[in-house]
Amino acid sequence: MAESNIAIELINVDKHFGAVHANDKVNLSVQTGTIHGIVGENGAGKSTLMSILYGFYQADSGQIKVFNKDFRAISSKQSIEAGIGMVHQHFMLVDNFTVLENVVLGSEGGALITESLSNARIELTRLAKEYGLEVELDVAVEELSVGMQQRVEILKGLYKGAKVLILDEPTGVLTPQESDELFRIFEALKNQGVTIILITHKLREIMSITDHVSVMRAGKMVAHRETSKTNPEELAELMIGRKVLLNIEKSKAKTGNPVLVAKNLEIKNEQGLKRVSDVSFEARSGEILGIAGVTGNGQGTLLKALAGILPISNGSIEIMGQTITSKNSLNPEQLRDLGVAHVPEDRQRMGMISEFTASETALLGYHKDKTINQGVWLKRALVKANCESMMEAFDVRPNNPNLMSSNFSGGNQQKLILAREFERDPDLLIIGQPTRGVDIGAIEFIRKRIIDMRDAGKAIILISVELEEIMSLSDRIVVMCDGEITGMVNGKDADEATLGMMMANALPTEEISEGVKL
Amino acid sequence: MSDIFINTVLTLDASVRVCIPLIFASMAGLFAERSGVVDIGLEGKLLMSAFIAASAAVVFGSPWIGLLAGIFASSVLAMVHGFASITYKGNQIVSGVAINILAAGLTMILSLAWFRKAGITPTLKNDQRFLSIDLPGIELMDHVPILGVIYRELISGHNILVYLAFAIVPMVWWVVFKTRFGLRLRAVGENPKAVDTAGISVESLRYKALLIGGILCGIGGVYLSTAYNAQFVKDMTAGSGFIALAALIFGKWHPYKVLAACFLFAFLDAISIRLQGIIIPGIGEIPVQLIEATPYILTIILLAGFIGKAVPPKASAQPYIKEL
Repeated sequence: MAESNIAIELINVDKHFGAVHANDKVNLSVQTGTIHGIVGENGAGKSTLMSILYGFYQADSGQIKVFNKDFRAISSKQSIEAGIGMVHQHFMLVDNFTVLENVVLGSEGGALITESLSNARIELTRLAKEYGLEVELDVAVEELSVGMQQRVEILKGLYKGAKVLILDEPTGVLTPQESDELFRIFEALKNQGVTIILITHKLREIMSITDHVSVMRAGKMVAHRETSKTNPEELAELMIGRKVLLNIEKSKAKTGNPVLVAKNLEIKNEQGLKRVSDVSFEARSGEILGIAGVTGNGQGTLLKALAGILPISNGSIEIMGQTITSKNSLNPEQLRDLGVAHVPEDRQRMGMISEFTASETALLGYHKDKTINQGVWLKRALVKANCESMMEAFDVRPNNPNLMSSNFSGGNQQKLILAREFERDPDLLIIGQPTRGVDIGAIEFIRKRIIDMRDAGKAIILISVELEEIMSLSDRIVVMCDGEITGMVNGKDADEATLGMMMANALPTEEISEGVKL
Repeated sequence: MSDIFINTVLTLDASVRVCIPLIFASMAGLFAERSGVVDIGLEGKLLMSAFIAASAAVVFGSPWIGLLAGIFASSVLAMVHGFASITYKGNQIVSGVAINILAAGLTMILSLAWFRKAGITPTLKNDQRFLSIDLPGIELMDHVPILGVIYRELISGHNILVYLAFAIVPMVWWVVFKTRFGLRLRAVGENPKAVDTAGISVESLRYKALLIGGILCGIGGVYLSTAYNAQFVKDMTAGSGFIALAALIFGKWHPYKVLAACFLFAFLDAISIRLQGIIIPGIGEIPVQLIEATPYILTIILLAGFIGKAVPPKASAQPYIKEL
């Protein structure tokens, strides 16, 4: 490996956030013109490392070289000047700005923007042609699809002269087809000599697109491999430090009677916009019904309506003999009394209260339970004891009911919330994004628990943007796009390509009707 | 010439004069809020500037020194707000309210210490004030019917700060929508992270916005005590800062629409004085308080979504905390 070929070199980069050792003497070298993958569990320190490189954070110690020159960034400005661009997981775009304005922001050139904008228009048209990144320049970013917004981010980097492009979990929000399109763009960029650093936890992407891969675990860089000389099993093992069961074994579902029947549902979101229209399905006891779709296609709204948070504006839901319509709605408490448990998509905002202790979070929604509520006072000791036993059962660490909820890691918060809902022995479980932002060890645990609940005869409605999760858990899969059901398949027959087409509502018509029959 | 016409022109003229502090304060608020900092302390800054300007004008005998002193005082308060809410990421509403209370108290104490009168400064002599200017050609225009009266009463005969206020609005529009600073200002109020990752300092942008706001608000205060009136009087701003904030929302953070809102609210104020005791056929006497409350009522109706929709800058009122 010739010295001059190295684009990025990190030597003993170290970073603490308070007591957390986010990056522990990390070494990394990335060759010019290659696609270099960095894999690791959530919280392994990948994003922190790249944010240091991008000047968003500063390292406590260590050395960074960019194209063989010593590099030190006190803000992103220096990184941009050194030729580093970054596409963050959550896009750094101003929603009500046009594409052009977003790209120009920060590298305007002069004090007046009229000229900057017209110069940028010429340059962007050239870049778009060169890399196959066509985007309409005068549309507000908020009107673009997620895939298009990502293109804007890439263009932003290239416009600022990036020769190294860092992408943080770029496919998390994309359909499989959009992801393929992104990978095609990667190839075009690579052919033009751009170096790409791809942060991901999806091993499939690493295997299919990267030249080299580095693995991080708990803040440390644990291995560097040539992609052609490794395999997903080895990488997974390196990531979590032990063998992991990625494919959860499950027996055949013993499906019983319908527990929930939804008919022609139409639901408006909090802003009064129709997000779900004419959706019908049923959930039966003893099976997992997966609802797949790209984020923002109505699944979230549907989930809230099923949990009683949003009213329905048309159609009906039958739950355990009760019928919910637009005129007759049940609130979450009434639903809970019927035996419906809800694990919300956004655990930070809806599943818990960060400033509450774990034992208080473990009580949310069930505070009127006669066994712990004696009128004015709660039976604190019992609340604590209940929480302790939940923590025991769901392996929540640290096992301390007095700790503030926000002090637990994402995975442990999620396990606590699942414990709260599962332990009430509900008949119907509505679960949103059970493993979002959760590390692999906890993912395995949570999925097993969901299967256990199914085998105990519960009906489960599972909403997830992780296609892999839907496919490995569901007995039946409903696909949503743009607020409508675009496909319905049996779990065992599902393949990623078909689901992806359904998620983009791009399936030929005869196949849809065939799919719906199943 | 009919009485109705003259009365209308005079009411509009009064509206212009009432409108000036609202324009300065709401343009100040526009910069702050476009940058993502809520500025509820406009009222306090107006008051402080009015007091310091009147004091300096009396002591140094020049309205121009009063102007500089007023701008300085208001800017200092703006920087205090910035220090609390940008550097220390405190609650912007609390910091703004603190500034209002601070200004109300300080003006009382300082007037007592400096002039031995609580909440009042000595009356300014004419050479210590900004006086009305007659525009050229008034005599000539007098011969033109209708336009002549409008020119004499409405357009001519205001002090320099009035003309400055109306000149500032297009300037604000130009800065906000046509310059690099304006682009970054709008961006930082919508998504400070996008600004930070573009290599621009969020803090420095917000401080600049607050400083511009401090200067503009300062001129508004100076107008109150050295141009519109001839001394500082306790609580003389009488809620102008809050009405300016309402105009800012009503005008949806857009300079020209905000100007229109300021004028509407000022017109309501001017008319409320004229309507005192007048009985309108079929309705009876309109309570003055009702008309005075109209700006706030209109703003509440707007915020409730009945007249269009007021969408504030997305990052408004949120301190920027660097994290992924």
